[in-house]
Amino acid sequence: MIARGVRTARALFRLYLANMLEYRAEIYLWVLASVLPLILLGVWAKAAESGAFSLSKVDFIRYFMAVFVVRQFSFIWVIWEFEELVVTGNLSQQLLMPLNPVWRFVASHITERVVRLPLVLGVVGVGFALYPDAFWLPRATQLLAAAGLLGLAFSVRFLLQYMMSMLAFWSERAAAIEELWFVVYLFLSGLIAPLDVYPEPVRRFTELTPFPYLIYYPVNLLLGRGVPLGRALLVLGAWGSVAWVAQRYLWKRGLERYTAMGN
Amino acid sequence: MRRYWRVLFSFWRTSLLSELEYRLNFSLAVLSSLGHLVGNCFGLSLFYRGNSSLGGWPYYEALLVMGLFTTLQGVNRVLLSPNLARIVEHMRTGTLDFVLLKPIDTQFWLSTRRISPWGLPDVLFGLGMIGYAAHELSLPAAQLLWMLGPLALSALIQYSMWFALASISIWYVKIHNVTEVLNGLLAAGRYPIDALPGGVYRFVFTFIVPVALLTTVPAHVALGHGSSSWLWLSAAFALAAFTFSRAFWRHALRYYTSASS
Repeated sequence: MIARGVRTARALFRLYLANMLEYRAEIYLWVLASVLPLILLGVWAKAAESGAFSLSKVDFIRYFMAVFVVRQFSFIWVIWEFEELVVTGNLSQQLLMPLNPVWRFVASHITERVVRLPLVLGVVGVGFALYPDAFWLPRATQLLAAAGLLGLAFSVRFLLQYMMSMLAFWSERAAAIEELWFVVYLFLSGLIAPLDVYPEPVRRFTELTPFPYLIYYPVNLLLGRGVPLGRALLVLGAWGSVAWVAQRYLWKRGLERYTAMGN
Repeated sequence: MRRYWRVLFSFWRTSLLSELEYRLNFSLAVLSSLGHLVGNCFGLSLFYRGNSSLGGWPYYEALLVMGLFTTLQGVNRVLLSPNLARIVEHMRTGTLDFVLLKPIDTQFWLSTRRISPWGLPDVLFGLGMIGYAAHELSLPAAQLLWMLGPLALSALIQYSMWFALASISIWYVKIHNVTEVLNGLLAAGRYPIDALPGGVYRFVFTFIVPVALLTTVPAHVALGHGSSSWLWLSAAFALAAFTFSRAFWRHALRYYTSASS
């Protein structure tokens, strides 16, 4: 049973790695398309020169550099692919196989990260060439902790979006819900500014949502600043469990409705 | 010329009718635009909480730039992006043949075939931000009207860059998302160009992806500061970019092999 699982996982990984390598040009363009943190880096670094914030100019530069890296690991697009599978009816083929289709999405998301990595490091290199004062290397333990939290954040975000993907069984445009989700994510996760500069009540509110645990806290781990790890695990765990149960339930209900129309 | 107007009218009518099948989407689009509006105003105010300013621009002037940016993005979502995905699709599947056979300019057909009403909330909220900022700055209405000229130039620049990039997919179908890179860089347009540090940043966003021309120049016109030489630069760039996009498309078409996958 376990041996079979390992064999399947390895086959999927090899298959999707080859697939993603074939589309490396496209993936590199996606990396370049996600330069928002680097634009904000410039704007905040300049604002910090004249303003009085709780963070210094170097802090801002490091913060947004780390945001850029962390964000590269939390891109999820399963909802668009799932929507297309359902709308075109191509999901039928995958239902015939003795493997839940979700594992294909998991494999493609993970292998894509591997292909992405070289360019991400390249962009970070250019960033440090522009601002050599801001150069820093996280300690090994920090790096390990950040990797762990990132892995968890990735899983939770994947589960949440996969749960929303199930709406495709009921609506032809399930991906529209992701756009709405993204707006909240953009402003509450710490993507546009470190939560340190947020007004206190807004900041306390964000901590109840899963969003800061996806960007702000992993970034702070990389920067070597204090992070309430226990609370992070608790909040992410809770949201992840809810999404897990909901997606199982919606998947079963959805399959009953699924008519393979369009095929 | 009249024929083109008639064609344009029926393109828009048919695509509106098909988009209106998804009415629930409209409420989602309004909600998401509203979220962006609140978030952007909040994000902007963060700079001013620390007694800083965006390159010397007071809050309401920066809000005007943000409003211009939102409006342009909305126009983009209504007119440009619904066509974009289809252009690449035409090249990938070889159905560009059918478009080439039509007795109408191909670039016109490809750029105007679809519109999507889902960007309209952005346009309205953007105009609202401009109006609110103008009210707070007590700008005269005439000066706001003057701004429409450079704003039209911005739209033309955006269109030309976008179409030229989309033409590249005649050679490389796989890089269909190259316009996403443009979109990502254009995000800098929500701030006045002076908010960006000098050196590399200023160079990239003035000459390579001219966001300075897109939002800062119209804001200068509305606020009545800045020199008119920027306006001339904007006009020259728009004209050059548009001419280039047409010439480049014709050149690219010669390499179209009508191969389908």
